[in-house]
Amino acid sequence: MGTPARKSELLFSGADWDFKKLSRVYDEIEALGMEELRLDVYPVQMEVISSEQMLDAYSSVGMPLMYQHWSFGKHFLYNELLYRKGRRGLAYELVINSNPCIVYLMEENTMALQALVTAHAALGHNHFFKNNHLFRQWTDAGGILSYLNFAKSYISRCEEQHGVAAVEAILDSAHALMDQGVFRYHRPPKPSGEQQREELRERLEYEERSYNDLWRTLPPSQEDDKTETSEDGVSERKKSLHLPEENLLYFLEKTSLVLEPWQREIVRIVRVIAQYFYPQRQTQVMNEGCATFVHYTLMNTLFDRGRISEGAMLEILRNHSNVIFQPSFDDPRFSGINPYALGLDMMQDIQRISTEPTAEDRDWFPDIAGRGDWLETLLDAWANHRDESFIRQYLSPTLIRKWRFFVLGDGADQPHYEVASIHNERGYNRIRAALAQSYDLGASRPDIQVVDVALLGDRHLRLQHKVKNGIMLDNESRDATLRHIRNLWGYEVSLVAIDAETGATLSERWTKDC
Amino acid sequence: MPIFIDRRLNPKDKSLGNRQRFLKRAREELKRSIRDKVREGRIAEVGREHAVPMPHKDTSEPVFSDAGNSGRRQHVLPGNRTYISGDLIPKPGRGGMGSSAPGNKESEDDFRFVLSREEVLDLFFEDLELPDLVKLNLKQILTFKPKRAGFASSGSPTNINVGRTMRNSHGRRIALRRPKQAQLDAIAMQIAMLEAQPPDTARRERIAALREEFDRLERRRRRVAYVDPVDIRFNRFDPQPQPNASAVMFCLMDVSGSMGEREKDLAKRFFVLLHLFLTRRYERTDIVFIRHTHEAQEVDEQTFFYHTQSGGTVVSTALEEMHRIIKQRYPATEWNIYAAQASDGDNFATDSERCIELLGGKLMRLCQYFAYVEIIDERESHIFGSTENGTSLWRAYSTVDGKWPNFQMKRIAAPSDIYPVFRELFARQPALRKSA
Repeated sequence: MGTPARKSELLFSGADWDFKKLSRVYDEIEALGMEELRLDVYPVQMEVISSEQMLDAYSSVGMPLMYQHWSFGKHFLYNELLYRKGRRGLAYELVINSNPCIVYLMEENTMALQALVTAHAALGHNHFFKNNHLFRQWTDAGGILSYLNFAKSYISRCEEQHGVAAVEAILDSAHALMDQGVFRYHRPPKPSGEQQREELRERLEYEERSYNDLWRTLPPSQEDDKTETSEDGVSERKKSLHLPEENLLYFLEKTSLVLEPWQREIVRIVRVIAQYFYPQRQTQVMNEGCATFVHYTLMNTLFDRGRISEGAMLEILRNHSNVIFQPSFDDPRFSGINPYALGLDMMQDIQRISTEPTAEDRDWFPDIAGRGDWLETLLDAWANHRDESFIRQYLSPTLIRKWRFFVLGDGADQPHYEVASIHNERGYNRIRAALAQSYDLGASRPDIQVVDVALLGDRHLRLQHKVKNGIMLDNESRDATLRHIRNLWGYEVSLVAIDAETGATLSERWTKDC
Repeated sequence: MPIFIDRRLNPKDKSLGNRQRFLKRAREELKRSIRDKVREGRIAEVGREHAVPMPHKDTSEPVFSDAGNSGRRQHVLPGNRTYISGDLIPKPGRGGMGSSAPGNKESEDDFRFVLSREEVLDLFFEDLELPDLVKLNLKQILTFKPKRAGFASSGSPTNINVGRTMRNSHGRRIALRRPKQAQLDAIAMQIAMLEAQPPDTARRERIAALREEFDRLERRRRRVAYVDPVDIRFNRFDPQPQPNASAVMFCLMDVSGSMGEREKDLAKRFFVLLHLFLTRRYERTDIVFIRHTHEAQEVDEQTFFYHTQSGGTVVSTALEEMHRIIKQRYPATEWNIYAAQASDGDNFATDSERCIELLGGKLMRLCQYFAYVEIIDERESHIFGSTENGTSLWRAYSTVDGKWPNFQMKRIAAPSDIYPVFRELFARQPALRKSA
């Protein structure tokens, strides 16, 4: 094939991009992704934005629509400073788990970079969003944008009606509990559709209109309900309130005695948003790994077929290797494990195990080693795993050796760290378990639950913190957060720290003391 | 084929609202930063952008988080080269893992962000509890600048509007049927033609008639002038009052030993405040620093605030120096002159008389405004609070105070006392307008 003919096959040439080129490249990459990797994606909506708009998006947790809150302003300032001082580059893209899948492209990207980003975000992430079970079950990609739109306008309406300060106070308190505002174990109730929300709003308005202050003035009933002290009463009460409850925001929203309807709705909005992001936090390694694997595979295939020039490919590879750079633990640049690198390595490792396994691999992964259908395995992993289970299942000894992983025991009362396991026969399993554990949000987040509430007595809300491995809460932030809970609950709140293994009470903290 | 949306042209500053909320939230801390800036910085630089450290208080976002100094953990790290199981590694100081990501707080400390001028002033003024009337109404000297305002039938020849004059003249000439030159020329040509032919009676009569006609037209032309005085129009100018765009501010301060750090700090705030007002109002603001002991001299800002000089206290020297500088460099017709004097009130007994004389005789006529603050000890403030008694300078100035409405005097012991000194300055203008 002569050079001119080859040139005409190139998808693009030169660094400049335009919408026609972008569209052509997307179509090509999408077709290739379906054919080679059997990807299944939401329709894509690509939005070109400037760096300032990217900073905007950063500060409002990456969402295109967000209500206003001072903390977003604070984050914007941080991000802007980091960016301006050159300490941090901006992402080349941002992708939103919605249907259609929204992909933000930075305007200053070169065409080669736009192609890379298209493969990475518009196909890789998009496929993951659409197929991973966490996202499928726990988020509503079709409804999130309209929900955010509703949240934004609802909150701004509340600000008009009740004043910015009042709304801010509720938002502050609700934000403090975002980590405790998700259902970790049972499936959350489905976010309501637009119509249901409309109905709910009408109901709230009706309640507000028909509110009659007279009811409040009724004398309290004569026979004082004695606070149930019997075991029976307590368990009965707990049952009726579905206690213990891990989702503090949900509990407060439904049970708090002082929140007004609009305040409940705001708490609910924060809770829904927290829940929406929960799957993303559990699948960082997989999500980025999937996207990186997809772009790497697709870009190489395109290059092999002569659709990308060598110059562009070099640029793509350079960016790719920047993204997957993993310094070792004693390097000053080390800041934790790079999810892109780990994800990509594990997925390529699965490919390797399927096609050219060693004897060791056959021992460790009898069901996939040498079967050759690596794509089937990957598609299955993408659909059915989260980081913790993915690592627990697929981290191979080969990879542990390649990464030279080791486990460091860290007792707070010890003057030194102890190397617990290294990459040897005895260590593989332990390293794998420890790494998987560190990605288990349920285990690494403080476990705090509502255990009891005296609705008929002094309305004292009891929280319990199950202390694992003796890891206590930071005092200062604990007190501040407890105060926020008290704001939402309206009455006394106490937090008991209980050792998860022995059941011994370690400490107790009341809001009246903090 | 994906959908493309070009968002680059969308309105910017999407996060402006969030920024404003954040600043409001961090108000107290930002105010303190600004206050420190004012203390350290130069007067003229207060009303500019400032970089301030990121506030922490009131802007923390607490969540339940693990305490770093308790419990047993396991870290999985990559890149092991030399360790084998059971190795002990000494911890690098306090704070857990040396290699784990540093806590947010430390890295956030050196963050500084820039407040715009408006934001700075807002914070600074609020500290002094200024009411909204700071959006400023300063009294000002008006100069007059002529401005075109239609036409007049009288005026100086230099202002003749030729176009308008010629238009009038043209109209009048048409109305009064002033013969045109072409008409005369035509008749003259006819006469010439007839005369060139051999004369006969008919022709002679015709020539005579034509000559008569020619003369008539000629006479009419002389009667109806080409340009008549009634045609003439002049450009009319109205004197338009012009706000004077430049101001000079005199800072007078006693720098004798009795003025310590606290006194100078208060004085500085007082000067800063006046300067801020002036810069908001005037395009150009000069500052002249005059310090004095028993003799006065003009100095730069650094010397003014940070050098002490020993000597007695003769206030009139400063006033004389000010007068000299006004005469030399700042004629009152071109400059709005403001003066701010700070002192602890000590003065040679005999000199106070001279001060009254200087102020009453010359300076108050030249100045827009003269503010005197006497910086007293906080313990003295409730003793002296309202009495007319006081230092010799205070008693002397009290007599000036009554006579001149643009003179203000006040004892200050704390920053919050400063603003009331200026209250009059900004309250006066609306009253003037009402009476006008």
